[in-house]
Amino acid sequence: MSQDELLEGVTSADYKYGFSSEIESDTLPPGLNEGVIRAISAKKNEPEWLTDWRLEAFRLWSLMEEPTWANVTYKKPDYQAISYYSAAKKKQITSLDEVDPELLKTFEKLGISLDEQKRLSGVAMDIVVDSVSVATTFKKTLAEKGIIFCSISDAVQEHPALIKKYLGTIVPRTDNYFAALNSAVFTDGSFCYIPKGVRCPMELSTYFRINQAGTGQFERTLLIADEGSYVSYLEGCTAPQRDENQLHAAVVELIAMEGAEIKYSTVQNWYPGDAQGKGGVFNFVTKRGLCERKAKISWTQVETGSAVTWKYPSCILKGDDSIGEFYSVAVTNHYQQADTGTKMIHLGKRTKSTIVSKGICAGHSQGSYRGLVKIGPRAENARNHSQCDSLLMGSGCGSHTFPYIEIQNKTAQVEHEATTSKIGEDQIFYCNQRGIPAEAAIALIVNGYCKDVLNQLPMEFAVEAQKLLAISLEGSVG
Amino acid sequence: MLLSIQNLHAGLEDGTPLLNGIDLRVNAGEVHAIMGPNGSGKSTLANVIAGREEYRVTQGDIVFKEQSLLALTPEERAHLGVFLSFQYPVEIPGVSVSNFIKTAINEHRKARGEEPMDAAALLKMMREKLNLLEMDKSFLSRSLNEGFSGGEKKRNEIFQMAMLQPALAILDETDSGLDIDALRIVAQGVNALKSKENAVVVITHYQRLLDYIVPDFVHVLLHGKIVKSGGKELALELEDRGYDWIKKENAGA
Ligand SMILES: Nc1ncnc2c1ncn2[C@@H]1O[C@H](COP(=O)(O)OP(=O)(O)OP(=O)(O)O)[C@@H](O)[C@H]1O
Ligand SMILES: [Mg+2]
Repeated sequence: MSQDELLEGVTSADYKYGFSSEIESDTLPPGLNEGVIRAISAKKNEPEWLTDWRLEAFRLWSLMEEPTWANVTYKKPDYQAISYYSAAKKKQITSLDEVDPELLKTFEKLGISLDEQKRLSGVAMDIVVDSVSVATTFKKTLAEKGIIFCSISDAVQEHPALIKKYLGTIVPRTDNYFAALNSAVFTDGSFCYIPKGVRCPMELSTYFRINQAGTGQFERTLLIADEGSYVSYLEGCTAPQRDENQLHAAVVELIAMEGAEIKYSTVQNWYPGDAQGKGGVFNFVTKRGLCERKAKISWTQVETGSAVTWKYPSCILKGDDSIGEFYSVAVTNHYQQADTGTKMIHLGKRTKSTIVSKGICAGHSQGSYRGLVKIGPRAENARNHSQCDSLLMGSGCGSHTFPYIEIQNKTAQVEHEATTSKIGEDQIFYCNQRGIPAEAAIALIVNGYCKDVLNQLPMEFAVEAQKLLAISLEGSVG
Repeated sequence: MLLSIQNLHAGLEDGTPLLNGIDLRVNAGEVHAIMGPNGSGKSTLANVIAGREEYRVTQGDIVFKEQSLLALTPEERAHLGVFLSFQYPVEIPGVSVSNFIKTAINEHRKARGEEPMDAAALLKMMREKLNLLEMDKSFLSRSLNEGFSGGEKKRNEIFQMAMLQPALAILDETDSGLDIDALRIVAQGVNALKSKENAVVVITHYQRLLDYIVPDFVHVLLHGKIVKSGGKELALELEDRGYDWIKKENAGA
């Protein structure tokens, strides 16, 4: 067997989480117009200012063109064929007993029993199934510290002042095509506020799922860490196997006030399409954080899913001495395409950023790193270090690196390193000789290659991510 | 008989022959040395026994523990007890020595239908073997062979052999790159692991190693064929006279 044949076998894992659960939904008919937006807003009982805000976003979006600069090709979604609202019927749940048993089964299939999660590590869950939060746990413990962690719809009702003050301040409606669309139609997502000086005692975690065929997902996340506070936020998702493409355009906004620290970790495992490149999720995400003085935002992502990924978690280092970090593993297999990276915008003095990007391409996939490091004129002594590595498996795939550097201050120190490597037959044979079969060898080598990123994840998540990498690249699913 | 190689012919996929009729029989408890000039096929032989796919066996058989190895994958051969200490060990960045050896041991156990090794027992065993080879325990957390000196890489190979306790260890130029003290330590390690049940095949260019690991048989490989075999005194003779006389003896053949 040649190396390519071997890799073909090894990389042809079927999507493990391909199923859809049968939860009754309340769904709007497909289509997008002012009426639909008013209907969403009304269903969510939103204040007038928000309805208007959405309508304005819709108006702006209608004037925009879908971007084409990313190194991906796909059939543009028919935005009129998508249903923009779908709510699971049961709501307002305070304990797991009240959760739809179908949903619990879904989580079991995913290997994430809520029960276990609860006991294990005190992970609070804001579960999003089909755009509406179904269960929120651990709210009480958090409330004692004054931490708010709820769905964004609840936040609109219960904390309207915070929403009005911060929504769209980091990612404005005009930011890009998908951000504008999201602003018009977002149905749910998470809201989190950590008060001054509070260290959030647990990892805040959200599992996203896309559940309805033809239902777009437009999550909106807003996370505010007040002065001197700390929070670690986990976002993970898997989706049922579907034949038609599913659009996802999320917006995540982070605000780290003076001295605050936000660690935002994502494991993304949406349906990537089948081995022939049919189906799969389109994932167009806008994620951005703002750092005030001495604040720190750290993005860590493990991206294994989606047919098309377009995603650049970014940091605006506005305050002096603020820090931005981006750690990423992006795996593409079969016909997946990923164009992902980060933007580090240095505005304050002595701001520091670190970029570690690990791309892994297998099958006929294409992986691109696209990164911008910008040093503004007032950013004295700003520093950046970027490390962008790609690992190719087989000869059918491609990896590309597009680093953009703009420096407007002479004192800046910016370093960029890039490597491309292949998993060598030598490495695999070496492992084989030690009794390690090829699939396990590839998992071992890939996990070793990604270590610097995986080490950034919280423990339980790191274990999950390792398994996910193995599943994404191996033939033996189990 | 632990290993019996009969009339083995092997070469590259394009048909280039590299091994031209090797016969070699190794009993449990024996030490064999294979010597021969550069490019004579020593590493190729070792790799063919271990099952490397880039070589194609065209004739003959390799029988190990009464079973032909030819249809087995490299990992199946390893599970049966074939170990190769590589002439050029590869680097695997980001994978620690301890994680690597743990994975290897547990794959061996899985093949035998056993549960993974208990973490405490594994750690204890790793410590023992490190001591045997006078290696620092900081080795365990280093990335496999990454940035290792030549000598460290070879020592790491023998450490893995000590952990896996193979029935047949083939040491491909394990001595090259070792300083004099390291050579002694590694040889002592190999000797300590020797028993009536296992066998060692050492591939070397130097008599030096054979002072420590004393061979029962010495074979000379030339153009992919064993052209001369003898006792340990043959190695001394080769050290003295080089390979020219053997080449001449075989020039007509
Ligand atoms: N994969 C390969 N592709 C091409 N030629 C090969 C390959 N493997 C081995 N050879 C050739 O086969 C011959 C034997 O090589 P081998 O590595 O077995 O020699 P050796 O006896 O181990 O030499 P040394 O003492 O230098 O280690 C050499 O001429 C070598 O170039
Ligand atoms: Mg050799």
